[in-house]
Amino acid sequence: MGQFLPALPEIVLAVCSLALLIAGAFGGEKSTRSISYLALFALIVVAVLVLRQPDATTVVAFNGLFKSDAFGRIFKILILIGSGLSILLSMDWLEREKIARPEYPVLVLLATLGMLAMVSANDLLSLYVGLELQSLSLYVLAAFQRDTVKSSEAGLKYFVLGALSSGLLLWGTSLVYGFSGTTQFDRLAAVFATGPASVGVIIGLVFVAAGIAFKVSAVPFHMWTPDVYEGAPTPVTALFAMAPKVAAMGLFVRVLVGPFGHLLLEWRQIILFASVASMLLGSFAAIAQKNVKRLMAYSSIANVGYALLGLASGGLAGVQGVIIYMAIYVFMTAGSFGVILAMRRNGAAAENLDDLAGLGRSRPGLAIAMLIFMFALAGIPPLAGFWGKYYVFIAAIHAGDIAQAADANLLYAAAVIGVLTSAVAAFYYLRIVKIMYFDEPAPALDASPGRAVEAVVLVSVLVMLVVGALPTTLIDASIRAAKTLLTV
Amino acid sequence: MYEAIAFYGFSAILLLAAVLVIVSRNPVHSVLWLILAFFNAAGLFVLLGAEFVAMILVIVYVGAVAVLFLFVVMMLDVDLSELRAGFAQYLPLGVLIGVVLLVELIFFVISGWTLGPALKSAIVAAAPDAAQVSNTRAIGRLLYTDYVFVFQGAGMVLLVAMIGAIVLTLRQRPGVRKQNIAAQVSRQRGDTVTLHKVETGAGA
Repeated sequence: MGQFLPALPEIVLAVCSLALLIAGAFGGEKSTRSISYLALFALIVVAVLVLRQPDATTVVAFNGLFKSDAFGRIFKILILIGSGLSILLSMDWLEREKIARPEYPVLVLLATLGMLAMVSANDLLSLYVGLELQSLSLYVLAAFQRDTVKSSEAGLKYFVLGALSSGLLLWGTSLVYGFSGTTQFDRLAAVFATGPASVGVIIGLVFVAAGIAFKVSAVPFHMWTPDVYEGAPTPVTALFAMAPKVAAMGLFVRVLVGPFGHLLLEWRQIILFASVASMLLGSFAAIAQKNVKRLMAYSSIANVGYALLGLASGGLAGVQGVIIYMAIYVFMTAGSFGVILAMRRNGAAAENLDDLAGLGRSRPGLAIAMLIFMFALAGIPPLAGFWGKYYVFIAAIHAGDIAQAADANLLYAAAVIGVLTSAVAAFYYLRIVKIMYFDEPAPALDASPGRAVEAVVLVSVLVMLVVGALPTTLIDASIRAAKTLLTV
Repeated sequence: MYEAIAFYGFSAILLLAAVLVIVSRNPVHSVLWLILAFFNAAGLFVLLGAEFVAMILVIVYVGAVAVLFLFVVMMLDVDLSELRAGFAQYLPLGVLIGVVLLVELIFFVISGWTLGPALKSAIVAAAPDAAQVSNTRAIGRLLYTDYVFVFQGAGMVLLVAMIGAIVLTLRQRPGVRKQNIAAQVSRQRGDTVTLHKVETGAGA
């Protein structure tokens, strides 16, 4: 019995989702709202269970397949927050679009379960199973609004490309196993510590990295992102932009820094390339977008680029940078999507940038919230978004100081490009502010988007302001988490 | 001797059937060739002493998956000429990618094919002594003890697949008459049958 305890949060979540599935099947469509509240409650219970695990301990359970440590825990909390916020955002929206069905919150819970399994994976097998559980639930959620062509297209596109990336990941896994003799992370690390890795392992590593890069939608594996973000129902897009990104990023850090940590010099260039390419494409391609959801898709690609810069830096500062970045990113995204969900006119979703015109006068509260999120996304102090970018760039510079000449130059260059692209990105973030406050007003938007959405926006605003002013708690937590990953 | 003959027999038929799956023009024939390929693969597993995997292959793949394929192929109106319309257009690119991958594989098999030092011992350690434990029991032991985490995880994945299929396809159509078994069973004779006395010659 005792050996199951490290996975208690996951087990509780699995049991809760099964129970809610049955309750939903009996309750029918009208029970969706109560199932959503119960799912939210389940997520809170699981979060409490995660927090109650002793902070300093690292436990490996299930014959080495599962690891519970401070690094996984901080990512689990972020994932649970992201999923919870997305359920809150979805409730009114589902009813308004008349697609409220109790399977929605259940699928979100199951996806969350997969994400939790991902970030505490200690073996390539459990990594894959967690990743598939997450992905499969998300494919279904993307196509949830099945009567619209766009949503079906989004689901199908995501599914086909996701299956391809899973194939790449599996092929890489099999190569790594074949050339090192084990799939368990600790043993892999021990094998690679002894000497230079063979070509087979490197090729396997490249494919594993490509598979995960697809899940975080880093360039050059980003093609699906704008279409899926635009086509999927808006609360699902909000979920995509929050929890799975955090989970896949946590997994990326765990895999590359953990078992492949000794091969830092082999994978650093790949990650640096993906990072710089994501920052460039995310910033420049977003300029031409008219649709808010597509804009957020490109914005998320750029944000992944910044987080990957922290990963490429490696070391304590790099991992810390990724954690801080993702923590702040979750709230920036939740708030922005809250505002996007509020954009409705005559009962239909208004998703174009021009629809925001005049928001400063018609809905001043909403406009000031959006202004705060846009400033935070642009990385303007004293808002929280600034700290995310700051720690990532600092990590890259410090890593450059101790790296060898060629790598050092690349890291410095990447940090400089990062700063420049965030200036480019600031253009389109600030343009939204300009549209809201200075453009000819468009017809007014519908009244209140619902109390749940307003609550999410309010919480996100508070986090932006409070973490921006007092980031120490987050920084301390991230250092503790990063240390546990690196000392093993 | 007999084993070698069986091995080459199974392998040759397997390869032939696999090629025919791809090249046959009629999709129904493809599925039938696929079933033949499954049977021969099962034969190979028996030769390896893995009778459990062999039986599972026959039961699951032939019994369920291939039959499902057959249903899908027969039910869906797949227009092959339409599917092949882009074939010639994409052929050069596909061949190019295939050749590049093949060359890379060959190159790196020849240049760097060294198995990990830990691998030999790992392979031996994973397999219990065949004389003491039947391989069905050995698989069961591993699945339900050492790998119970991924086993349950895979179960959740299958559950999600099932929920997904239902969520995306089940429709409650209005105006459809549904069977209500309770109402059918609880029907009394008196509810539906009435006896009328009709006088002779007065019936319409």
